[in-house]
Amino acid sequence: MASASGGRVLRTGGELAASVALTFMGLLLVTFIIGRLVPVDPLLAVVGDRASEAARQQAMEELGLNLPLWRQFLIYTGNVLTGDLGMSVTTSRPVVEDIARVFPATLELASLGILIGVVFGIPAGVLAAAYQDRWPDHVVRVLGLIGYSVPIFWLGLIGLLVFYAQLRWVGGPGRLDIFYEGLVPTVTGVILVDSALAGDWEVFQNALSHLVLPASLLGYYSMAYISRMTRSLMLEQLSQEYIVAARVKGVSEFRIITRHALGNILVPLITVVALSFASLLEGSVLTETVFAWPGLGRYITTALLSADMNAVLGGTIVVGLIFVGVNMLSDLLYRLVDPRAH
Amino acid sequence: MPTEHATARAWLLADVPGSAFQAYCGRLYLGWLALARNKLALLGLAIVVGLVLCALLAPLITPYGPNQQNLANRLQPASLQHWFGTDQLGRDIYARIIYGSRITLYIVVLVAAITAPVGLIVGTLAGYMGGRTDTVLMRLTDVFLAFPRLILALAFVAALGPGLENAVIAISITAWPPYARVARAETLTIRHAEFIEAVRIQGGSTARIILWHVIPICLSSVIIRVTLDMAGIILTAAGLGFLGLGAQPPDPEWGAMISSGRQYILDQWWVATVPGIAIFVVSLGFNLLGDGLRDVLDPKSA
Repeated sequence: MASASGGRVLRTGGELAASVALTFMGLLLVTFIIGRLVPVDPLLAVVGDRASEAARQQAMEELGLNLPLWRQFLIYTGNVLTGDLGMSVTTSRPVVEDIARVFPATLELASLGILIGVVFGIPAGVLAAAYQDRWPDHVVRVLGLIGYSVPIFWLGLIGLLVFYAQLRWVGGPGRLDIFYEGLVPTVTGVILVDSALAGDWEVFQNALSHLVLPASLLGYYSMAYISRMTRSLMLEQLSQEYIVAARVKGVSEFRIITRHALGNILVPLITVVALSFASLLEGSVLTETVFAWPGLGRYITTALLSADMNAVLGGTIVVGLIFVGVNMLSDLLYRLVDPRAH
Repeated sequence: MPTEHATARAWLLADVPGSAFQAYCGRLYLGWLALARNKLALLGLAIVVGLVLCALLAPLITPYGPNQQNLANRLQPASLQHWFGTDQLGRDIYARIIYGSRITLYIVVLVAAITAPVGLIVGTLAGYMGGRTDTVLMRLTDVFLAFPRLILALAFVAALGPGLENAVIAISITAWPPYARVARAETLTIRHAEFIEAVRIQGGSTARIILWHVIPICLSSVIIRVTLDMAGIILTAAGLGFLGLGAQPPDPEWGAMISSGRQYILDQWWVATVPGIAIFVVSLGFNLLGDGLRDVLDPKSA
């Protein structure tokens, strides 16, 4: 899956910046076009269905809908660049504010998810490669295969049924029990951090018990991807001649795997982790719906169901932006760490 | 008869095929032999064939219709009459799963039929023409790859309105870029090959070269990619259905079935569980088959 590791490696920083800017413009163009595809008459919400032709005309001019499409696109781009994603119809607040409010919940979930994915995925991939075609390899591959095949929202429901409803091991849907809500002041919006700052460990514990199931779920999905990529990267290294040389030299197998081979795949692993962080955002849309998690994903889906296009497109832009940003960061890191890229 | 069998085999495996057709069949046969050695790939193939059979034979193998309600008999656990139990309207879950395979198959076939040709044409065109065409087309591809697939599909469905056809369109719009990448990479390796040069010197037009000489070579890589992606497409479609944006009730779409069974999960767990297992089995089948095909057709990337 070489194509999964991202596009061609760009040579200069300028090239990278230009590529990111172009991709971002393309992203805006796509959301702009989606916005124009909506069959809903945009004037209806402003002037109502009994408005006179003159009132409609006036509203149209105020909204800039009479301008040629390319001018409208320029205005749209300008708005987005200055942080104006429009008003949300459902919350009657600027979409940017809404997103700033819900984003910490997603960040909390996704960060813990990727942490779980990395902590379990990389060792699992290394183990699978070290014991290729023996039982540890089979276990890791089967776990990965299940991760690639099972619908995340369904696994979430089953998880709730088993670990929350039956076993009572974890907290249920939402970020906190109602009892604990509003007890700690919002500083960062990440409840784990906020409650730790306030020193309220009871809230911390409650938040963690709500977080652990959805985060493990997302972690499992990134683990499936990370372990698979780690395994194939490791196998590639282990078949190289320098490994044979090290074995001949009498270096222990443990050292060969942890120092020689693993040391050499750390750089491409950065890209793998970056990519899995991006796909985590995607998984979080469905996970947040199942767990009533008030994050960005749930914001987008609720907006969708009430045809709140500004909110949907604003959320889409933000996710796309994170996607592009994470890819760019991994590209930059790659260049910093890998001497061959200089 | 064994002798007939042996001659067919000899014809297929002839060292010097008498015709292009014989050579082609021979290669297919060798591929099949390689695939058949992989037990897991065969299991995957069996699941996919099973899906097709379920879709074709649905009315013959189910005693109830997918939307046949029986309110006196709602939310019943599995029994001899209702193998997987009944849902909140007393509909037979087994029948709905079997009929749901039609929707799954419909989505998969349609998405493949839309995205594979688009990806092939964009990729081969970019790879073969090079220069500015390549830059523009690949930039376009990158833009679509810059969105997480489900989010972009969500945005398109939001604009087009919920429904099965729109879900297919939205998934297709987000699914073609990887195929374009694969096709381009493949094209770049054969772009300056002598047999392409030969056609060009004979006066073959660009369209002719791409259609008849480049695309057939890229086909196997793209087919592998499509098969591997099928599981992802099924999961995305089910996710859209679960969010209420794909197939609409009362259509027995598996994702939508999970969504409607969700409120009964504590007491009647089977209503939401069974469709999830169906989705899992089918995506597992496509994943196993895709992995197997990749090992046969493209051993270097295994």
